[in-house]
Amino acid sequence: MTTVAAPGPAVGLPKQHRPWVVLLLGAWHQGRTKIGLALVVLLVGCALIGPLFAPYTPTEFVGTPFEKPSADALLGTDNLGRDVLSRFLWGGRSILALAALSTLIGVGLGVAVGLVAAYARNVVDDVLMRAMDVILAFPQIVLALVAVATVGPELWLLVLVVGITTVPRVARVVRGAALDVVERDFVRAAEGIGVSRTKILFGEVLPNVTSPLVVETSLRLTFSIALIAGLSFLGFGLQPPAADWGLMINENRLGLEIQPWGVVMPVIAIGLLTIGTSLVGDGFSRASIGIERGRAE
Amino acid sequence: MPPSSSEAEAAGAVEGGPGLAPPTSAEAVVAADPISAGLLTETGTALPRGRRRLRIFRGISGFIVRRILLGVLTLFVASIIIFAATQALPGDPARAVLGRTATPESLAALREQLGLDKPVTEQYWDWLSGVLTGDLGTSLVAGQPVSELLGSRLVNSAFLMLLAALVSVPLAILIGVVSARRRDGPLDHTLSVVTLALAALPEFVVGIAFVVLLGTTVFEVLPPVSLIPPDEAPWNYPKELILPTLTLVVAVTPYISRIMRASMIEVLESDYVEMARLKGLRERKVVWGHALPNAVAPAIQVTAINLAYLAGGIVVVEFVFAYPGIGAALVDGVENRDIPVVQAVALIIAAVYVILNLIADVATILVSPRVRTALR
Repeated sequence: MTTVAAPGPAVGLPKQHRPWVVLLLGAWHQGRTKIGLALVVLLVGCALIGPLFAPYTPTEFVGTPFEKPSADALLGTDNLGRDVLSRFLWGGRSILALAALSTLIGVGLGVAVGLVAAYARNVVDDVLMRAMDVILAFPQIVLALVAVATVGPELWLLVLVVGITTVPRVARVVRGAALDVVERDFVRAAEGIGVSRTKILFGEVLPNVTSPLVVETSLRLTFSIALIAGLSFLGFGLQPPAADWGLMINENRLGLEIQPWGVVMPVIAIGLLTIGTSLVGDGFSRASIGIERGRAE
Repeated sequence: MPPSSSEAEAAGAVEGGPGLAPPTSAEAVVAADPISAGLLTETGTALPRGRRRLRIFRGISGFIVRRILLGVLTLFVASIIIFAATQALPGDPARAVLGRTATPESLAALREQLGLDKPVTEQYWDWLSGVLTGDLGTSLVAGQPVSELLGSRLVNSAFLMLLAALVSVPLAILIGVVSARRRDGPLDHTLSVVTLALAALPEFVVGIAFVVLLGTTVFEVLPPVSLIPPDEAPWNYPKELILPTLTLVVAVTPYISRIMRASMIEVLESDYVEMARLKGLRERKVVWGHALPNAVAPAIQVTAINLAYLAGGIVVVEFVFAYPGIGAALVDGVENRDIPVVQAVALIIAAVYVILNLIADVATILVSPRVRTALR
């Protein structure tokens, strides 16, 4: 991270793209972004339209437990004799929806906390960031488990707790990036002509911290997917008889020796999805480093 | 974030030093922020900038004292959060234990036994003073003291973490140095993509993949579950340890190796490495003898953060392999809503996390001459 305030585009130079356009273009030119995006599109597509192609409903019994793949059940049956392929095609929606929602909450609140802290730079800043430190004293999964132990495996709780544990991580990055933006002239000018604080924060400061925010968001999305899938693998996410990738792995683990597909398919799907989001994030990260370098030169 | 190295950041990492005027310009504020300077960890310093300090809070030992006090404070607040989360949220542990068919009398009796009829602050105080004297309460399910229940599991988990650290740190250093030396070559690119992909995978995906590949379906060479009898030392079961250790190694090595690579690249471009080469030293000696020791310092922090991450990672990994540690105990506790066990394990993990972060901060100060000077 550079500590020197980056100079704005000099007068007289050819018109430049908006920062987020530059970031998008820069990321797109990285090969890994394309691969990552392809993986994400593949798996999100599979989760969204997969159910249309499912030969059975996810809870229908089509055979005896742990049957090997056959013409009737292309990937065999699961621990209760349901069709693995159908359950796999139905099982992606929940993870994607929960992970996306919790990332949205985490990033939204994190941006708000980070911007307010950076702009206040007084007791408010200290109090907010120290509160964030306390949440950071726990690995995310431990706080999630403590909450589940008390309330029980409720979906809203998972979303909330994953979202809240994401907040400090985002807030830290946003605050760090915003600290030097709030000192720039255009913020001073906006203050001078009496623009409201909210408008300054979200209209003037936020657009100038886009690149670190985008990088952090993709990183957080990867972590949220892993966390939500992990919690549902532990049995604290969707409850049976729901079809869910994490839960499927848990349910079919016992039959791994006889019929591995009920485990292998969701493991591959979750793995490729997280690799995809992480590659996209890395593409953005490389692009934003390039932008920073360009500015410094 | 690549290891930062500018003078301004290093000096600023310790809040501008005692007695300096509060920083006013944008650069100074950024530099004075230890986190963005990349030198202090997530749970790092909390003291306000630029104030005069008491004598014991000055200098290097002062920094360590401040850092320890802050760690204690963080843990104290963490204990309040754990307690509040397990008590104040809308769930009745007594009903959770006894089930829906419980009579009001038995519910009341259990509540009294658990101290749930007392005011919340008194409950918290009882719990905290118990924790400080080694009494972690009584398991609602097993009826045994929690400390007895967790004792041997704590040893098992600590051993697993240690083993994972002993394998992953040298491995990460090796990967980092090799990729730095072959910077932008095909090997570097391959390693970069592989570590990135592995870093993205959730632990349970890696664990299950190992079970499929080495434990059951493909090759049946290793036990897919780590059945270690209670009261037996884990080191007597080396075969059972391999897969859980490997899973944890895959979880943390990528991050450490990436920071090692970045740090090593910076050092390899420095003047003293150039000097060593011009002196005619062999490349092997230059890399391992001169460059590596200097490249390790900036990586210490990330290493410690990642080892602290292991404390969370063991939860899922122990569950995957049924390894008898505190992580598996936490999952069981959550399933049975055994609140005292959950509280105890959460607090232990938070303590490990805070302590490792503290060690990281102190170690970074001790090995970075610039920061050391700034603290004087």
